Amino acid sequence: MSLAAKIQDVFNEPGCDKNLGKDAKAKKKGCSKPLTPGAAAGGCAFDGAKIVLQPITDVAHLIHAPLACEGNSWDNRGAGSSGSDLWRRSFTTDLTELDIVMGRGEKKLFKAIREIKERHNPPAIFVYSTCVTALIGDDIDAVCRRAAEKFGQPEVPVDAPGIVGSKNLGNKLAGEALLDHVIGTHEPDDVGPTDINILGEFNLAGEFWMVKPLFDTLGIRVRACIPGDARYIDVASAHRAKATMMVCSTALINLARKMEERWGIPYFEGSFYGVSDTSEALRSIARLLVQRGADAGLIDRTEALIRQEEAIAWEKIRAFRPRLEGKRVLLNTGGVKSWSVVAALMEVGIEIVGTSVKKSTVEDKERVKAILKDENHMFESLAPRDLYKMLSEHKADIMLSGGRTQFIALKAKMPWLDINQERHHPYAGYDGMVELIRQIDIALSNPVFAQVRLAAPWDEEGTLLVDTGSSVTADSAPGATPHPVPPPRGGRGPERHDRGQDAPPPQGGRAMGDEFGSAASLCPSTWSTLSPSPPVGGGRRPGEGSTERKALTRHALAVPASPRARAKTFANAALNDTDDC
Amino acid sequence: MAKIINEPKSFSVNPLKSSQPLGAALAFLGVAGAMPLFHGSQGCTSFALVLLVRHFKETIPLQTTAMDEVSTVLGGADHLEAAIVNLKTRTNPSLIGVCTTALVETRGEDFAGDLATIRRKQADLLGDTKVVLASTPDFSGAIEAGWSKAVTGMIETVTAEPRRNDPQRIAILPGWHLTVADIELIRETVESFGLVPTILPDVSGALDGTVPGRWIPTSYGGCPVADIETLGECSHAIAIGEQMRKPAEALKAKAGVPYTLLRSLTGLRAADEFVMALAGISGEPVPARLRRRRSQLCDALLDGHFHFGGKTIAIAAEPDHLYMLSSFFADLGAETTVAITTAGDSDILEHVPAATVEVGDLGRLEDLSVGADLLVTHAHGRQAAERLGIPLWRVGFPIFDRLGSQHRKSVGYEGTRDLIFEVANIFQAARIEPTPMSLNPFRNREHPHDSRSSSEPRRH
Ligand code: SF4
Repeated sequence: MSLAAKIQDVFNEPGCDKNLGKDAKAKKKGCSKPLTPGAAAGGCAFDGAKIVLQPITDVAHLIHAPLACEGNSWDNRGAGSSGSDLWRRSFTTDLTELDIVMGRGEKKLFKAIREIKERHNPPAIFVYSTCVTALIGDDIDAVCRRAAEKFGQPEVPVDAPGIVGSKNLGNKLAGEALLDHVIGTHEPDDVGPTDINILGEFNLAGEFWMVKPLFDTLGIRVRACIPGDARYIDVASAHRAKATMMVCSTALINLARKMEERWGIPYFEGSFYGVSDTSEALRSIARLLVQRGADAGLIDRTEALIRQEEAIAWEKIRAFRPRLEGKRVLLNTGGVKSWSVVAALMEVGIEIVGTSVKKSTVEDKERVKAILKDENHMFESLAPRDLYKMLSEHKADIMLSGGRTQFIALKAKMPWLDINQERHHPYAGYDGMVELIRQIDIALSNPVFAQVRLAAPWDEEGTLLVDTGSSVTADSAPGATPHPVPPPRGGRGPERHDRGQDAPPPQGGRAMGDEFGSAASLCPSTWSTLSPSPPVGGGRRPGEGSTERKALTRHALAVPASPRARAKTFANAALNDTDDC
Repeated sequence: MAKIINEPKSFSVNPLKSSQPLGAALAFLGVAGAMPLFHGSQGCTSFALVLLVRHFKETIPLQTTAMDEVSTVLGGADHLEAAIVNLKTRTNPSLIGVCTTALVETRGEDFAGDLATIRRKQADLLGDTKVVLASTPDFSGAIEAGWSKAVTGMIETVTAEPRRNDPQRIAILPGWHLTVADIELIRETVESFGLVPTILPDVSGALDGTVPGRWIPTSYGGCPVADIETLGECSHAIAIGEQMRKPAEALKAKAGVPYTLLRSLTGLRAADEFVMALAGISGEPVPARLRRRRSQLCDALLDGHFHFGGKTIAIAAEPDHLYMLSSFFADLGAETTVAITTAGDSDILEHVPAATVEVGDLGRLEDLSVGADLLVTHAHGRQAAERLGIPLWRVGFPIFDRLGSQHRKSVGYEGTRDLIFEVANIFQAARIEPTPMSLNPFRNREHPHDSRSSSEPRRH
């Protein structure tokens, strides 16, 4: 299939909810909106393709391009590898002007493949096309085919030059490359009844390693996690798995669906972000595997594990409540992940005071409205200037977002936590959610914010203010922090919280854990519970403990009947957003 | 005199270079209220932006003409114009710095002609906003070349015929590899002679990490456009680094400003030359403060030389930076045994105190550096350092895994003094205590005169 045909095919993806709602003309136009010159942001298709494939650790990734595509972007993501480090090395044909003028690109590429093969002998080489090599008509497919014949090693052409579109499109083209050239090319000799694939899990900060032991405990084998910490041979054998979980929903939807089509592997969309999401993922996998012939006892074992792990996680999370209750968070990312954490945020009494719904549909927005106190806090998109204004006026206590807006928060002297791909902390699974809450606490309680908000003790001319004694105290300085000084103790790991004298875990945890297990909370009809309603289950009871502060009253209205339902809903709401992918 | 090896290779392993347009963008960021604009597809801008942010830990203004398939085939003038119009309307920058990328350069268009048309057509809208072109395809050069072209472009486009000559005013044209702290130090030093410096580009006010108290979408701080316009009124120019010869020549051609080119400001003799130049231009005596700093540097050289003498250093850096670093080590008795650079055409390379200078990448650095005492390159050298077990001194761009690189001084008496301490401390931290094995006279008999080619740590 030509690249143009492939792109049309990807745009027609029937597995994509958003796409189904479009008419033929809109579909043809594709998912990418035209960019405004001088006011555009975001990566290119090549970027998207590389993001998806690069964490495959034991292959060489060779970028056929002049310097910029690779030179400015290599070794820039924190995916974890438990084996080879070949993927972190950067290989690029680094075309010179002469190469381009003389049309030496393909020759150079072929030689590069040979030298990489000789030196590193990887199980495969992934070859990426880019704008310039596409423009000058280099045929990477042909070069890869020739090289594969000659060297007896798979060479995988990844045809996603930046110029064809956005990062999102590149994600999908990467999936197509795997389908066309990798998956199904190796027959494993150890096929088992509980083999699964995980698609779209990147193992950022090694976070999949917080989830994998759960599968191990249940006797479920991850045949291929694509791409996080993947080995080529596992990806090549992925067609023999019994079920697929798709994590980063839109990034590899085409791959999941076509694997179902070709090899009959059923898939579902799930998330490891959020306590209940993790449980639901485990549950769905168990169900699918049993349907496909695994031992029926798996379901009970899964439920038992879920009960045990949820109880521990919620208890740890609740321990943060006295410290975080009433804090206001601004979620500035449309990504799936942010919505998956909403339940946990609410569990500790954090209020969502704003969120961007830039890429959401009308229906999604309705759902967002239900969770926000005030629909004015829903933003189409926030220009940096407006975001800065909002933060510097202290309309929130912390911003959770991706790296792109980090410095807007910091320049506004506002705590900030990265919840996108550049982050350094693992947030997946049960422990991951506890870690996220803990990191929010750490960011919020850091004393630097109180300090940087102190006005300098002089005026614009540098003359010392007369009444220096009072003007330099935190209380009277403009914008002084409302944050409490952190409690005088050492490390504040969640474990310590459990035992902390000043932070007793709230009551009612057990009931809540159980409630999540009930099928009712999974039903889409739980929409109705999203309207403000008094808390039930593990939500705090009005009047409990030291809860007379205003913020808490506000919060009480926002506590979900079922955090699970909300998280799920919002995971769906944000399906079409790929900021995180 | 170094032998320069520049053999064509079929590919790069772990690139040393950052792209040429990124270098140009950096230079434009050293102008107050400026906005760099990449003429190309969105991805290039996104990558460069992310890299700049990771290094400076600042929001970086950088925009794209967002070329797509259609505009690439039909020609990009429309996108260029739309981008300039949008930027002007939305952020009202003082200067728009157009940096071309490989994509549009491969197709090949008359960018200067297009820009002239746009300037004319949009004259009313643009008003005082200058539009400057730097032709910086990614398929040649790297940061150094991009930086040099952007500065040359600014002088050629913005600097006016001088109406007078200001004997107190001098132009400082620093290379890209000087840090914010370096620029601040240079300014203070120049001012201490009663001179008024105009520094172009001046990253010290723009990328120095301050909290301005309001949201500013363009660069802030930096050299004012008005000062670039009147740059011809300077009585003298000091260019720092061979890369700044072209801008200095442009200023000379345009306004007749004579220039002095200093290859480096690092090291006792290099710092002396700078001070001598300033004393010569101003006719003032050398201030007491500087004399004291010089004396401190002498002491640092004496204290530091124990740690440097006999050490072997592997450096990968852009040409001027390579010269500066290798000279620094040579001055302290350490030998640069591996010198890798980004481009083979700079005149400075033959002056690098090393037997050979090779155009290459960090893969090559790794191959050649087995047994060296220190790797010197940007943060991407971390892979080589890990695998080789050799300490890495992070210099240049990008440095994304250490803080404060912009505030590190590396020029003048003071900067050299600080560098000596910094590197000597790395050596001391990496010192490996001798063991019976490491001192055994029978070990490594196959290399009787030099055990360094083994990957075992050297004895210190
Ligand atoms: S837009 Fe094109 S040239 Fe730029 S980084 Fe992406 S693939 Fe490379």
